[in-house]
Amino acid sequence: MLRDAMLVAGKDLRVEARTRVGLGQVAPFAVLVLVLFGFALDPDRGILEAATPGLFWITVLFASVLGVQRAYAVESGAGVRDALRLTSLSPGGMFLGKALALAVQLLAVELVLGVGVIVLYGADPAGWILLVGTALPATAGIAAAGSLSGVLAVGLRVRETLLPLLLLPVLAPVLLAATRAFEAALDGSPADGWPWAGLLALFAVVYVGCGIGLYGTVLEES
Amino acid sequence: MSTWAWVITGWIITVVVVVAYVGLVLQRGRSLSRQVPPEEQRWM
Amino acid sequence: MSIGNGQSAGTPLATQDTRSVTGHPTTGSPATRVLGIIVLLCLPLVLWLSFVATPPDAVQGESVRLLYVHVPSVTVAYVACFVTFVASIMWLWKRSEWWDLVGSSAAEIGSVFTALTLVSGMIWGQITWGTAWEWDPRLTSTLFLFLLLVGYQALRAASPDRSSRSRRSAVIGLLLVPNILIVNRSVQWWRSLHQDATLFRTDLDFRIEGLMLFTWMFTTAVGMVLLVWLLFHRFRVGWLANRVEERQLSEAVAARRAEATP
Repeated sequence: MLRDAMLVAGKDLRVEARTRVGLGQVAPFAVLVLVLFGFALDPDRGILEAATPGLFWITVLFASVLGVQRAYAVESGAGVRDALRLTSLSPGGMFLGKALALAVQLLAVELVLGVGVIVLYGADPAGWILLVGTALPATAGIAAAGSLSGVLAVGLRVRETLLPLLLLPVLAPVLLAATRAFEAALDGSPADGWPWAGLLALFAVVYVGCGIGLYGTVLEES
Repeated sequence: MSTWAWVITGWIITVVVVVAYVGLVLQRGRSLSRQVPPEEQRWM
Repeated sequence: MSIGNGQSAGTPLATQDTRSVTGHPTTGSPATRVLGIIVLLCLPLVLWLSFVATPPDAVQGESVRLLYVHVPSVTVAYVACFVTFVASIMWLWKRSEWWDLVGSSAAEIGSVFTALTLVSGMIWGQITWGTAWEWDPRLTSTLFLFLLLVGYQALRAASPDRSSRSRRSAVIGLLLVPNILIVNRSVQWWRSLHQDATLFRTDLDFRIEGLMLFTWMFTTAVGMVLLVWLLFHRFRVGWLANRVEERQLSEAVAARRAEATP
């Protein structure tokens, strides 16, 4: 299963490396959202500083919706799904591969956003251990829930509008937990943040488990 | 609004929505029943 | 054409013995009629208990009367969602049309009652807390449950055929319970960091006993009978819709065949 996962992840990342949709479009979009938040919330009044963790993760959530759509748009060509089904890859492995490739791309977006937040919003990344310790499980959870929701919307005519409706209610606790953990890290009180990172890890485990178990069900439809 | 007005509003909204939903389900059942031969309606 | 004629010729004969009660083909049966009559007979009693027989609460005042409709809504909503969850698991195991229809019927009923729960809960909050919305874990997780149920139905409506419909909705149905648990836990954790969280708890956990407790239990019981009645009818509506879909499909296939062979 892990070998299949690496195969699928490698394929998705190679597609990304050649087309550069993630780096060329999703990451700039995320930075654009940050700048727009700066316009909406006047940086001189301290609102922006207080809201930085939340804005960061909202932007990641929006970027993840685009990332999921892109990850499945790649496979929407005629016959690609049948071809994938005919390969002897295990469905769980395919899910893991999809999620892994998505997680790698999201981490890249988060890195760009992190630099953006430091430069544009003046955030101080002193508690970076907690920041990384939050971002990793949060990204794993977003990628897992995203890949599962993505496959549910695959092939439907309304997939672009349906995906956020399915994905965002599921990701709401991730936003809540990751924002609280980032707040703790930026406030310099990392002890308050680690329980939230734990919750994020639990979320990631639950959705990776659901994805591995359920991916095949959706995939095998005729 | 007074407490009583809120309480009555809450009750009316609930009753109206439930009655409307019940009516909708029954209406859908009726119009679909006409399109399906009775031998397939096993609850009859 | 011939199928349509055959049906219209056969229907009146069959209706005479079984459908004479209502005169129209319906999704009703003797069992559901009994349930429906129970609900209708209990309704005046519910109103009498809620508005006349019970006294205003010592702490809550008259607003306690809203809880006699709020609590049954909550119970029906959550039981319906749990039915969807169980039916989704059973569908993934058995892959039968029956479980698919049970799950989707309960999800639709659940979304109606979650919406009612939210509305009556917000009105109750307006009276008790002075604001319609507080970031209370129960209220917030019910909102997310409602949103996910809306997504469930949007997914079903968007799916082109029965196979993909039941597969995809079973996955969402399975996610209902883990999602509600995680949202509830995280909001509870988040709000407990603020001091005012205790204030809500004292308001929600007031004591209730005697006739008020009986009213509460009685209205909830009537709500459960209504849920069962609705489940029967909604299940049959879904079952009929599937039959109609099959007929339309086979008619379309027959029409194509007729075109192909002149």
